[in-house]
Amino acid sequence: MKNLLLTLLFAPLASAVSVQASEGGYRLDRAPIDSTDLVSLQSGARIFVNYCLNCHGAQYMRYNRLTDLGLTEAQIRDNLIFTDAKVGDTMKVALTAKDGKAMFGAAPPDLTVVGRSRSPDWLYTYLRTFYRDPKSPTGWNNAAFPQVAMPHALWTLQGERALEIIPAKDGHGAPEYKWTQISPGTQDTVQYDTMVRDLVNYLVYMGEPVANSRKRIGIWVLFALGILFIFAYALKKEYWKDVK
Amino acid sequence: MASRLMALWDWFDARMPSVAEEFRKHASEYYAPKNFNFWYFFGALSMIVLVIQIVSGIFLTMNYKPDAALAFGSVEYIMRDVPGGWLIRYIHSTGASAFFVVVYLHMFRGLLYGSYKEPRELIWIFGVLIYLTLMAEAFMGYLLPWGQMSYWGAQVIVNLFATIPFIGPDLAIWIRGDYVVGDATLNRFFALHVIAIPLVLLGLVAAHILALHDVGSNNPDGVEIKKTKGPDGHPLDGIPFHPYYTVKDFAGAVIFMAVFCLVLFFVPEMGGYFLEYNNFIPADPLKTPAHIAPVWYFTPYYSILRAVPPLFNSQFPGVLAMGVATLILFFLPWLDRSPVKSIRYRGALYKGALATFVVTFLVLGYLGTQPVTVWGQAGAWLGHADRATIAARVFTILYFAFFFLMPWYTARDRTLPVPNRVTM
Repeated sequence: MKNLLLTLLFAPLASAVSVQASEGGYRLDRAPIDSTDLVSLQSGARIFVNYCLNCHGAQYMRYNRLTDLGLTEAQIRDNLIFTDAKVGDTMKVALTAKDGKAMFGAAPPDLTVVGRSRSPDWLYTYLRTFYRDPKSPTGWNNAAFPQVAMPHALWTLQGERALEIIPAKDGHGAPEYKWTQISPGTQDTVQYDTMVRDLVNYLVYMGEPVANSRKRIGIWVLFALGILFIFAYALKKEYWKDVK
Repeated sequence: MASRLMALWDWFDARMPSVAEEFRKHASEYYAPKNFNFWYFFGALSMIVLVIQIVSGIFLTMNYKPDAALAFGSVEYIMRDVPGGWLIRYIHSTGASAFFVVVYLHMFRGLLYGSYKEPRELIWIFGVLIYLTLMAEAFMGYLLPWGQMSYWGAQVIVNLFATIPFIGPDLAIWIRGDYVVGDATLNRFFALHVIAIPLVLLGLVAAHILALHDVGSNNPDGVEIKKTKGPDGHPLDGIPFHPYYTVKDFAGAVIFMAVFCLVLFFVPEMGGYFLEYNNFIPADPLKTPAHIAPVWYFTPYYSILRAVPPLFNSQFPGVLAMGVATLILFFLPWLDRSPVKSIRYRGALYKGALATFVVTFLVLGYLGTQPVTVWGQAGAWLGHADRATIAARVFTILYFAFFFLMPWYTARDRTLPVPNRVTM
């Protein structure tokens, strides 16, 4: 009975924090991201504009917002803008939704707030679980997002991998995933994981650029409210001392 | 300077004495019971949240675009490019949930201390009207960010009206202004959300408070303080609302603000309960999300809706049950036959019923946020039905039992004698 009550009380909490699995049932890895690591965020921004921004836009993110990451506008202009966009423009992409649909079967979604609609763990796992699949139209498939329309855009870095999914023996439980490297990429596993970590770190930052300063301001606001409460409580005490 | 201000006030007061008169009537000479406890903060807090929502809402409308092609982007524009826009937006989104938190606690206070019982039935009725209006306000506001959950949530709710026999389908089209939720729907919901419903809300709040101040406040003992008056004609157990409760409510409001800011600044999404993750995907009429869940404050009723099985291929019985579940609140003052108001002097039957009702409401609320498969399937003896659906059915029956059996268990309950004066 007691356990039942506890379960009922904490069930909503548990579901919110429990280990999440992807649609395909693939267990998600924890993304070791750090929103204060400027080096990682800058590197993530560089990967984003080099690899993602060819097909995906970030139409609500302005290039010059990257000054948040300790970059100057000149640095952004020289290193991160490959189109004729101005530094105050948003990260638009030339590929139209119609062309995208014709090429991939689905228009590549805008990534401005993908760090908020998808969990960091999901993004981190997804970008590391592409594999060669001759049955798919692009030749690629993904363990975290089965039948995804997107080909492996980072394949030159990770190389090509194959995946064999062995169903659990009794028909229940998680299947076994057996990865094999077909051809090497330019990065080893550690380098690749670090690179994806940086990219996910950046995507999460881009989802809510204000997140760090929001928390910083919040500490001051709570501190001020604490002080205000001392006075408010003293005032109440003073007025109420004659109420019997 | 001070005397100049006094002279100005005297000049004003001579010409419009009703301002001072109303202030005396509703604040400095409104005698409230001196034994208000923790549960009595939430009325004042609801008014504070109402003001927060109106003020933050005004600033949001300055940059928001009620246009299906622009709405999602304009919210991101507010979050990124409008100075302080993120703060205003989070104040408004946190405020929406905070509104329901304080209103639910305020309503629970009414159940604890019998605040709906004679002579306060009208206050309760105005209160339920406020609650229903608030639900409409929240529902229409939730469409405005134009994310996937906004869109499909609205689609599901408007389709509820389509289940009404005969007039349903036409009614749903009339509400949407289109055959599916679209630009026309967004525009009219915007108009209703920012002007029509807030005006109704303000009027109802005024009626709620005027009705309260005519009969006087209830208290944790359920004692009518107006029955024992001192030689000065004021209730012996009453104290002027101002300054006693204004200073007390102010201290309570600071604590509330701290909790509010804790959410706003550190967990504005509240784990997906205040801002759903899927709502950061722009509305797509061609892509139905696998799992559509309303925001947490609607989920108890959503659970009831899902729990009731369809009849002749129509979901109308579920819609009807959901409607009855909310409208039954109006009849509470007449369903309760207990001679006492407060839980302090009620017997085990009402205490047990209220405790069961709280658990029922929370479990239904939780189940409403989850897919029906969340607890897996029952065995063959129950036809492999979803366990969560079975639970939702049991708790739906308990929800209605609380109200429909109330005349019986409150009349039979063994109550304690109520003191003449309040206890501190």
